[in-house]
Amino acid sequence: MLDRIADIWGERTPHARGTVWPARVDLHLTDGVAEQDVDRWVQSACLLCSNGCGCDIAVKDGRMVGIRGRATDVVNHGRLGPKGLYGSTPWASSPDRLTRPLVREGGRLVETDWETAMGRVVERSKQLLAENGPLTHGFYTSGQLFIEEYYTLAVIGKAGLGTPHMDGNTRLCTATSAAAFKESFGADGQPGSYTDIEHCDAVFLYGHNMAETQTVLWARILDRTHGADPPRIVCVDPRRTPVAEEAERTGGVHLAPRVGTNLALMNGLTRELFEHGWVDEDWVAAHTLGRDELRAVVDPYTPEEVERICGTPASDVRRAAAIFGESPNVLSTVLQGFYQSHQATAASVAVHNLHLLRGMIGRPGAGVLQMNGQPTAQNNRECGADGDFPGFRNWGNPQHVEELASAWNVDPLTIPHWAPPTNAMQIFNYAEKASIELLWISATNPAVSMPESSRIRSILSKPEVFVVVQDLFLTETAELADVVLPAAGWGEKTGTFTNVNRTVHLSEQAVEPPGEARSDLDILLMYADAMDFRDLDGNPLISWRTPEQAFDAWRAVTAGRPVDYTGLSYEKLRGPSGIPWPVDEEHPDGTDRLYTDFVFPTDTDYCETYGHDLVTGGAVTEQEHRALRPAGRAFLKGAPYLPAHEEPSEDYPLLYTTGRTAYQFHTRTKTGRSRPLHDAAPDAWVELSVPDAASLGISEGDWVRVESPRGAIEVRARVGQVMEGAVFAPFHYGSWDLDGVAPDEQDRLANELTMTVWDPVSKQPTFKTAACRVTKVRDGDGPAPAPTTTASAPARVGSVPDTRGGPPSGSHVLADTPTYPLDPSQES
Amino acid sequence: MPHLSTYVGLADHSERTLADSFRAVAQGHAREADVFHTCQLLAGWSDAHRERLATVVDRYGEDEVVEPERLHADGLAEVREGAVGLLRDLQDLHVLASLVQTTWTVVAQAAQGVRDRELLEIAQDAGVETSRQITWLDTRMKAAAPQALIVGPPS
Ligand code: SF4
Repeated sequence: MLDRIADIWGERTPHARGTVWPARVDLHLTDGVAEQDVDRWVQSACLLCSNGCGCDIAVKDGRMVGIRGRATDVVNHGRLGPKGLYGSTPWASSPDRLTRPLVREGGRLVETDWETAMGRVVERSKQLLAENGPLTHGFYTSGQLFIEEYYTLAVIGKAGLGTPHMDGNTRLCTATSAAAFKESFGADGQPGSYTDIEHCDAVFLYGHNMAETQTVLWARILDRTHGADPPRIVCVDPRRTPVAEEAERTGGVHLAPRVGTNLALMNGLTRELFEHGWVDEDWVAAHTLGRDELRAVVDPYTPEEVERICGTPASDVRRAAAIFGESPNVLSTVLQGFYQSHQATAASVAVHNLHLLRGMIGRPGAGVLQMNGQPTAQNNRECGADGDFPGFRNWGNPQHVEELASAWNVDPLTIPHWAPPTNAMQIFNYAEKASIELLWISATNPAVSMPESSRIRSILSKPEVFVVVQDLFLTETAELADVVLPAAGWGEKTGTFTNVNRTVHLSEQAVEPPGEARSDLDILLMYADAMDFRDLDGNPLISWRTPEQAFDAWRAVTAGRPVDYTGLSYEKLRGPSGIPWPVDEEHPDGTDRLYTDFVFPTDTDYCETYGHDLVTGGAVTEQEHRALRPAGRAFLKGAPYLPAHEEPSEDYPLLYTTGRTAYQFHTRTKTGRSRPLHDAAPDAWVELSVPDAASLGISEGDWVRVESPRGAIEVRARVGQVMEGAVFAPFHYGSWDLDGVAPDEQDRLANELTMTVWDPVSKQPTFKTAACRVTKVRDGDGPAPAPTTTASAPARVGSVPDTRGGPPSGSHVLADTPTYPLDPSQES
Repeated sequence: MPHLSTYVGLADHSERTLADSFRAVAQGHAREADVFHTCQLLAGWSDAHRERLATVVDRYGEDEVVEPERLHADGLAEVREGAVGLLRDLQDLHVLASLVQTTWTVVAQAAQGVRDRELLEIAQDAGVETSRQITWLDTRMKAAAPQALIVGPPS
């Protein structure tokens, strides 16, 4: 039995290059329940990060009591991480679950029945439609709903109401991943596969602290770096993360660019490929466009110039570039360090450029994984509930709009395609001006997670804006709503979702939701029924009633698109493993990696976008795109580095950057209700470097005030591993806490300080670059509440007690590794 | 080359008007975060065009010629309020940028004629960036228009 708080990644199962990743089954049951006492195991996948580990939910006496990894699943080969093990089920039986709808009466939220609550929503909705039309309606969803729910919402919004104002909190976490794919390859879609890990010679992690964000995927990498013929790791991160340590241990490089300078570094690496002849010119000529322009853009970025801008030694830049240029197979992964910085899309596209220049794509070991933050973010992008069009269709292509109109049997003019779908930041902007008057928020907590949170709270509190919140708990956001609808969560409803790796899982209902809580799908169907949306023949617009019917409707609209689900069914998904799309007649068992034929979805009539100017976000027109005749070639696109929107100044001399910790997810609505996860990182903190702490007179555990031009927090300081000149704050902590928060301890919300500014192409807000100042408030009486097991470890090893205390959790390595469909290590 | 110098002067002047107007719109609509940042960035592009032009402008001594009447367009001294105001301001910027762009086009033609490679390169590079300014204005206007025209804020 292991303490998986102390041991985040679990036992090593090292193996050699090119061999299959062994299976190890991890298990945790709560409250002393033994494996033989479990009544039923119900198939699902973990919903606490984007990795999508296949699992079974343990049910006893009608309650979810634990979780076990599925040995046969291609994603995790049986493993689970601390969040999955300890955090998957406790929230469900938490006494503060919402069990009845609430409506605002005389300034207070009071309990009511469904008819009354939905009645108010529908009344307001109809009134606004009559007065000012559909553009008064905005929907803000999540990265944690199911396909069936996103797709239903997309149809309601696009064909029922006809509003372009629909986005998800995916805008905060994965919008750049989608945008970067579209710019380079013409459409969204993860090119690589987790199986690339078994075949690569080097792994580059760009702004991706995988050791904390996707712990099971990191275990997969550790099993290679501890086996024979290991890959070298190259880490781009301003903090000394476990990934950075592994980079040093494997003979790779840790590049720590100054916060806000990623693109300068990427341009430097790109230039090195050209300078040293590491470019596969024949391949580039045959399969890409834009080589010469890219060469010109990166030309000024010599290693010395990169050192000047980023502070990373020129020799390290050269060494990293050589590893990229000379390794036969490189796997690259990218996450928030790039996505949530300014010039996000350009920097992420630069990762694609490196791979394209070497022709390193579409074969085992040579892949790109643009990661997602949340478990179902991918589906929001696919289904079109987030500002994309269903099936990766192009809103600017009339033929694509026509396809949807005919699938839904509505007038194409109903479908809002006259302008780009509205991004989340703009939706809140319209609500701020009360030009959106009905804002419906599902399964997300913008009062904590969006930048400049005091502004967001004031928008949600506006009397002119009718706010509907659909959630499991009375979150900081729900407290400001006019109507609160109690939702069923994971394990309490059935649906499908897709991980970073394109792998689709079915998550079956294991238990009944509490009280009167309903699935998000049922809530949306209730609204659609009450609004009486009809198609051109007068039939109900939404013809489905069950999740499986919704899934079938979704499958049908994916036919012929890159994200083809037509070959999938609930029946097929009940098999041993999740299945990666596209799944169609040609690929009945799914597809491990894309672009094996080097044909990219860039054809003008097929692509999801005509592309953008990476610097301004100006849109390329259809005619301009057609004139380039991309015809399946990928785009090489570059942009010069620009300084961040807010640079340190005399008043605010330090850089402020935010991020997450291994033990918490999102705003902790689930993980914060698990005692072991809560206690591993019980309160907010900030991390300071040793020299900065010394010059400010701050010691470990002291209370400090961190201020930006927009707001301030007061939290305890960890003297830790961040680079000099930078301050790191975890973004999970709002005013809710398992143990309650004293009013004087409420000032811990990291987003009080962040800026309202976003990337010009992906519209992802810039959480990682702001300026701040730090002052000591008072002495602490112990270490900061930050874990020691992660990048948040103290600078002086052993100076504070180790983070531990996870209840016993089972783990055993299987003697015989199962056979995994499509795994290149097992192909004979 | 009397009229080439007029047009070199016009390029300089209209870039300045455009840069000032971008900055006025940035400040006037600062609550629109993307407008604020992008307009400042694009104003910088126009500044840079003028700086490059300054390196060759001596050759064309601006002051000797009599300029045609109403040569210069007025910039945006003051921005308008609200969502429709933003849309109108972006339209004004579009008009100013179009003047800049066509000015660079004719300067480039003349530069070819007089075989001034340096001026030709400046005019071509600046023309390309001016189109990018215009593309952004087009994109931003399209995004702003439906809400501004159909809904607008409650009066
Ligand atoms: S890695 Fe992610 S999906 Fe897997 S168990 Fe951990 S939180 Fe769940």
